[in-house]
Amino acid sequence: MKPYLRDFVPQNLEDIPEATAYEAGYLVTKNAGWRNVRPVIDNTKCVGCLQCYLYCPDGVIFQDDNKVDVDYNFCKGCGICQKICKVGAIRMEAEK
Amino acid sequence: MTVSKPVTAKTISKDEFFYGHKACAGCGGSLAVRIALKVLGKNTVAVLPAGCMSAVGFNFPQLCFSNNAIISTFAGTASMLTGVEAGLRAQGITDFNAVGFAGDGGTADIGLQALSGAIDRNDDIIYICYDNEAYMNTGIQKSSLTPFGARTTTTPAGQNIHGNIRPKKNMFEIVAAHGIPYAATASIGYINDFMQKVQKASEIRGTKYIHVIAPCPTGWGIDTSETVEIAKEVVDTGLWYLAEYENGEFKLNHRPKEFASVEHYLTRQSRFRHLTDEDIEIIKTSRDKKWEYINKNFG
Repeated sequence: MKPYLRDFVPQNLEDIPEATAYEAGYLVTKNAGWRNVRPVIDNTKCVGCLQCYLYCPDGVIFQDDNKVDVDYNFCKGCGICQKICKVGAIRMEAEK
Repeated sequence: MTVSKPVTAKTISKDEFFYGHKACAGCGGSLAVRIALKVLGKNTVAVLPAGCMSAVGFNFPQLCFSNNAIISTFAGTASMLTGVEAGLRAQGITDFNAVGFAGDGGTADIGLQALSGAIDRNDDIIYICYDNEAYMNTGIQKSSLTPFGARTTTTPAGQNIHGNIRPKKNMFEIVAAHGIPYAATASIGYINDFMQKVQKASEIRGTKYIHVIAPCPTGWGIDTSETVEIAKEVVDTGLWYLAEYENGEFKLNHRPKEFASVEHYLTRQSRFRHLTDEDIEIIKTSRDKKWEYINKNFG
């Protein structure tokens, strides 16, 4: 479970709640456009230590069959994962 | 008190409770919030005062917390936690955590009175101060947790005055002096230690306080990829320390074998780049004095 992208974007006055309360974990925009570089994981080198997953400020690295993968919709390309990876399985590639 | 197995990367909840937020790339504060919520689980009510984490987490309709979360007044993190805890208890709900995430300004300056009151009442809450050493959300103004020598927009570095002239307020020991059931210091550079302290706090009744160093690439003048590294380095240099206060006793959790280079730590951050050798000597002397005190008083 995590906050996820929704199709419906409240825009009109009647869509906006009267109280300052709304459904939790409601995402309507991605963060992908913030990125200049993207982490690319080499799964042949990954040993599944999960340190990149643990230290990601955005939580975009997730476990996938004992290896890890990146949710590029929300990765900002900070590069912490590349620095933390002891086996050098993550490289940063320029976004085109 | 039940002592459960320490949470690790393999056992921590796979759920994400703080996701899609608009924090700067490489934000240390968002890492502290994310990890703490993963340790505490879905039955957690988070209170966030004015500050980075509320600014980046609630941009309607982009709502980035998947647990219950609410914005408080700047000064009222701890008092709102008191109300949240009392309200849930009145409804007969027992399986929950009430946790607050306030920055260094929201804790040591603006929210100190409410925090002190909550500790005095011994309300069953967890208060986490993510310390990025200035008011980063409003554009890097000095707080009372800004360290000596740091350049901020309100403590500029000029020819005569080299940044902040005051030392960092000793928040951990101020909180401990209340006789709080549990207080701890942590760093996002030692994330396992932080995770275990959050877990421990959730298993203790009464008020808990965790002070976690969370570097800010924007305000500290470091690369976005260096946040975790520098949070580790500040502990290795001895300028920050990992400790706990419990049952009236201080305990040091991590003792660097020998201190890493203070010069290296300072000069890699643009907020300290103006410091002279004499300034750095003052910082080292105050560190050594602190460690003399730690060696004498901490177990």
